[in-house]
Amino acid sequence: MSYLLKRIAFYLFTAWAAITINFFVPRLIPGDPVQALITKSRGQMTTEAVQSLYVLFGLDKDESVIEQYFRYWGQLLRGDLGLSFTFFPSPVADVIGDGLPWTVGLVGITTVVGFLIGTAAGTVVGWRRGSWADLLIPVTTFVSSIPYFWLGLIAITLLTGRGSFFPASGAYDTGLVPGWDWEFIGSTLRYGLLPAATILISSMSGWILSMRNMMVTVASEDYVTVAHAKGLSERRVMVGYAARNALLPNVSGFALSLGFIVGGTLLVEIVFSYPGLGLQLFQAVGAKDYPLMQGIFLIITLSVLLANFLADVAYLVLDPRTRREG
Amino acid sequence: MSDAVLEVRDLNVDYGLGDDAVRALRDVNLTLHRGEVLGLAGESGSGKSTLAYGLTRLLPPPGVVRSGEVFYHRDGGDPVDVLRMSHAELRRFRWAETAIVFQGAMNSLNPVHRIATQLTDVIKAHDARSTRASRLDRARELLSLVGISADRLDSYPHQLSGGMRQRVMIGMALALEPKVVIMDEPTTALDVVVQRQILRRLVDLRERLGFSVVFITHDLSLLIEFSDRIAIMYGGRIVEEAASARLYRDPLHPYSQGLLNSFPALRGPKRELTGIPGSPPDLRAMPSGCAFHPRCPRATERCGVEVPVLGVPEGRVQHSDHRGRTVACLLHPVHDNGF
Repeated sequence: MSYLLKRIAFYLFTAWAAITINFFVPRLIPGDPVQALITKSRGQMTTEAVQSLYVLFGLDKDESVIEQYFRYWGQLLRGDLGLSFTFFPSPVADVIGDGLPWTVGLVGITTVVGFLIGTAAGTVVGWRRGSWADLLIPVTTFVSSIPYFWLGLIAITLLTGRGSFFPASGAYDTGLVPGWDWEFIGSTLRYGLLPAATILISSMSGWILSMRNMMVTVASEDYVTVAHAKGLSERRVMVGYAARNALLPNVSGFALSLGFIVGGTLLVEIVFSYPGLGLQLFQAVGAKDYPLMQGIFLIITLSVLLANFLADVAYLVLDPRTRREG
Repeated sequence: MSDAVLEVRDLNVDYGLGDDAVRALRDVNLTLHRGEVLGLAGESGSGKSTLAYGLTRLLPPPGVVRSGEVFYHRDGGDPVDVLRMSHAELRRFRWAETAIVFQGAMNSLNPVHRIATQLTDVIKAHDARSTRASRLDRARELLSLVGISADRLDSYPHQLSGGMRQRVMIGMALALEPKVVIMDEPTTALDVVVQRQILRRLVDLRERLGFSVVFITHDLSLLIEFSDRIAIMYGGRIVEEAASARLYRDPLHPYSQGLLNSFPALRGPKRELTGIPGSPPDLRAMPSGCAFHPRCPRATERCGVEVPVLGVPEGRVQHSDHRGRTVACLLHPVHDNGF
């Protein structure tokens, strides 16, 4: 338990460091948000408007950096991430709140499902080494080396178009009002199918490959031979002895990929114009929308940290050797 | 013989298939009697472990049993050929009748399961009607049998020392009261003191429970002390088989003599230790005739041509401890092929 507490302390420290860097980096960039807005409106702003913008962004007061830093923390704890330029005058928190469910829904679910299916398939393929199942390996090696945005582009070219079942962009039929009714959910599923399949295919292959290779390694371990000699059922040997041990390296890989859900699928969301965080980040970068970028980076950092923490916990549960006595 | 539990008949094991196959075991015949400790000794690569894996059908690929029979004699039943059992029969047979203690004391236990789980899953697999409580009781009993306190049931393998792990493995081997326990260098990875403790416990247990042991090691001195009979292997064949006292006092095969001369005797006059010159044969390119002849101090020209057959040596007094004595060497003409 003390190990877990140490890890928690470590992650809290890392989170603090990340948030602090997140505070300082935009302040190191020359200019300020108001200047950026003035440039954006090509100078067509009255002095009063400029002044009111300074007030709005909280830049009118003559505060020291330390004071600003504490105020930033205060705002953060209230969930206030400032105002977005691109979606002005929506608060960044609301903008992220709009995008996050789509990203987590699409990429989160496919990442988890891809891991589960890939690991299960890798277990079986690795266990039946030397049979027809090995034919799957060159295919998965090939597929896993294709970047998924490219797979997405191919899918759009081949499968979408006039009269096709698959829409080429968006997350739901724009004619519908978002809500928990069957029509909207159905539309969401239909729009999500193609991007989901794209991510699933390419991420799954990677899991199959690594799990298969670990299974082959573990299958020659002494304890697996012992399990056979004990007359345990094939299933029990495969799952309880071989796969249970082969899984361990995959678990940390999985946790890392969880952390990249938010940041890593930017390209898929761009390709499919899927209204998630990735697309927002893309827009924010294009519009020099510092508050939004800052907010999204914060979410990415925190989700990587959370994923790492989950990996630590999973490892503690799965591998008794990492548990320290005390 | 009527009191046999395990009979190996003309067992041939290859690694690989076709012409490139390496012949790891050649026409091995071996009989294990009820309640005896049969030692199997030889250099690395002589086929000791392959024999253990072969007769339990645990050969890792690319190992294949090319021909032969392994008869297991059930109590009051007809002998069954282990090599021809169906998968389901084999699964029931394994551990219940023949258990194995493997070479790697360190890696024989699954690192992610508790000792209790690993001791009880084998009972559950063979007796689906047993209750969880009865299985745990049995696991506790097994640990006390090998001198480990019952609170170790909740430990993970990495929390035990090497000697304890190997004792757990021995306890596990006895879980279903098998009639045969095969031990493949069970103490090689342990220090001499722990080795002694484990072997002493093993001898005690065998006297109490009455199982037979096939004990595989390269340490012939150990076998002379602990086993009833010893079979010496060389290049995939058994070259000599005798009661251990007899083998110690009167080894017939020059290879056995060489092995015996390579360790010091505890008592008696000091003598010079001599090893066996040369190195073990390459199984892919075995010498013609007797496989040992290139290293044999007493080899004649005939040895390079003729393959000696394992048989009962002529002219030896048929002493009680000569029972079952066989040798495969041209220096010792044999009566017949011994069976």
